[in-house]
Amino acid sequence: MIPSLEQLSDQFTRLIRLGAVAPNVQDSAAASPGPTATPPPSPGPVQPVDYSLKGYHLDITVPPGQVILAAEILDKNGFGLDAITGVDWIAQDEMEVVYDYFHPLSPLRVVVRARVPRSHPEIPTIYKVFPGANWHERETHDFFGIRFLGHPDLTPLLLPEDADYHPLRKDFNA
Amino acid sequence: MIASNDIPSRTNPQETFVLNLGPQHPATHGVLRIKMTMNGEYVIRAEPVIGYIHRMHEKMGENRTWAQFLPNTGRIDYLSALHYNHAFVGAVERAAQIEVPRRAEYIRVITSELNRISSHLVWWSAFLLDLGGLTPLLYAFDDREKILDLLEGVTGSRLTYCYFRFGGLCNDIDDEFIQGTRTFIAQMRPRLKMYRELVTDNIILRKRLEGIGPISAEMCRKYGATGPVIRGSGVAYDVRKSEPYSVYPEFAFEIPVFPESDSMARYLVRMEEMAQSLRIIEQALGKLPPGPVMGKVPRVLKLPPGDYCYAVEAARGRFLVRTVSDHKEFPYRVKLRTPSFSNLSLYEEACKGMMLPDALALLGSLDLVIPDIDR
Repeated sequence: MIPSLEQLSDQFTRLIRLGAVAPNVQDSAAASPGPTATPPPSPGPVQPVDYSLKGYHLDITVPPGQVILAAEILDKNGFGLDAITGVDWIAQDEMEVVYDYFHPLSPLRVVVRARVPRSHPEIPTIYKVFPGANWHERETHDFFGIRFLGHPDLTPLLLPEDADYHPLRKDFNA
Repeated sequence: MIASNDIPSRTNPQETFVLNLGPQHPATHGVLRIKMTMNGEYVIRAEPVIGYIHRMHEKMGENRTWAQFLPNTGRIDYLSALHYNHAFVGAVERAAQIEVPRRAEYIRVITSELNRISSHLVWWSAFLLDLGGLTPLLYAFDDREKILDLLEGVTGSRLTYCYFRFGGLCNDIDDEFIQGTRTFIAQMRPRLKMYRELVTDNIILRKRLEGIGPISAEMCRKYGATGPVIRGSGVAYDVRKSEPYSVYPEFAFEIPVFPESDSMARYLVRMEEMAQSLRIIEQALGKLPPGPVMGKVPRVLKLPPGDYCYAVEAARGRFLVRTVSDHKEFPYRVKLRTPSFSNLSLYEEACKGMMLPDALALLGSLDLVIPDIDR
């Protein structure tokens, strides 16, 4: 039940090829105007990284449509859901959804990322694969306004019940 | 507890009523509200309503320098402040490649483990209070007082510590602390034995907890529940062993695991963990290396662009700091993944069909700290 790093990388490389949609990391980097203060996009969609430098082992970038498939692969390999969160890359007019996974039986840590346009931040929910995603996605919706399609209840979790603002967006001013 | 196949007969919607537990309720230990749909004494649905003391720590993180955010970390899970300090300084040290002197790492482990014991003592006394036993609180707070005195001596605070710094510690420990800690270990061991004899083996406690509130290992994985919750479900997952950080690999200690998956198993995990923490502290004091407690740190901290994670085993489970840097003095993003949030998220599923007093025993066995959920 404990996968090796290579096996996982293979499974994800296959998934991304099957999807026939290359993740648009390179596109977004090209579209960004000038020398923005953002990290350079990772060179490939499936990137083993040095744990001692980053704190995780595998960095996977998928198109938004594939986050459920990615969650299913990790679920089959015995991973648990650590957290879901967002990052607002306002300079690139994009928002990143970051899924952290841990493995209860091995030291392997995996990060799955997907980018959605800021004007239309929508991504499928993974709560059917990991029910724990329910709250994490609600929180991410609270903070970033990212809509998780198919989510049963996106009412504010931590913010007041009538909140119509998203405080972690970079253009939010209190 | 009733078997799950009995539930449908009790879910006639015409016979249910809503019981509002909290946000001010002794059993929730803070500002947590649970909307319970009840059928008589049985819980049909329990929906936690959270966010009453949400403070938006993550936004505060974006509005101050890395160092200025450090005191915030001690105010998220106020019972386990040093572990949260550790995760944040760990993430920054990882990003900036700061070397931490070995003596500082040893002291971090000693103080963190003391903090773990004091946190478990608060849980223990509050949990027994929920179950109707007042006396253990008086004993536990007596022990905890000694830890708070020791930590006050070196950190300057009694609860919301901000003791760790990027690259080390703000203060070295002295002989008084070392002697005091040795005395504490010697006093605490017989106390733990006494607690076992007086409380853990008590038939009333056993009847209240054994077989109550089962949480399977699979449920823990699906919800991301960690700490004593997953270890009470038979999974030996502890960040100190499975993703070793600091100098934990240099100590011999065991990860207590109980496969029964009930509230008693989670209780026993924490009781056993206190003994293991004492073991770690004793070893660390025995081979405490000499030297400085502060490494070389640049005056203005600008981390290389990218994201950095650092996870620690806090008293309630896995605490993860995920930071994103864009090479400025302020963090671009700080994500705080807290154990209580994930541990509570499984409550709705776990307590379906339980009797109300059992559901509260389950709630207590999760060891929630509300600011840790709401952040």
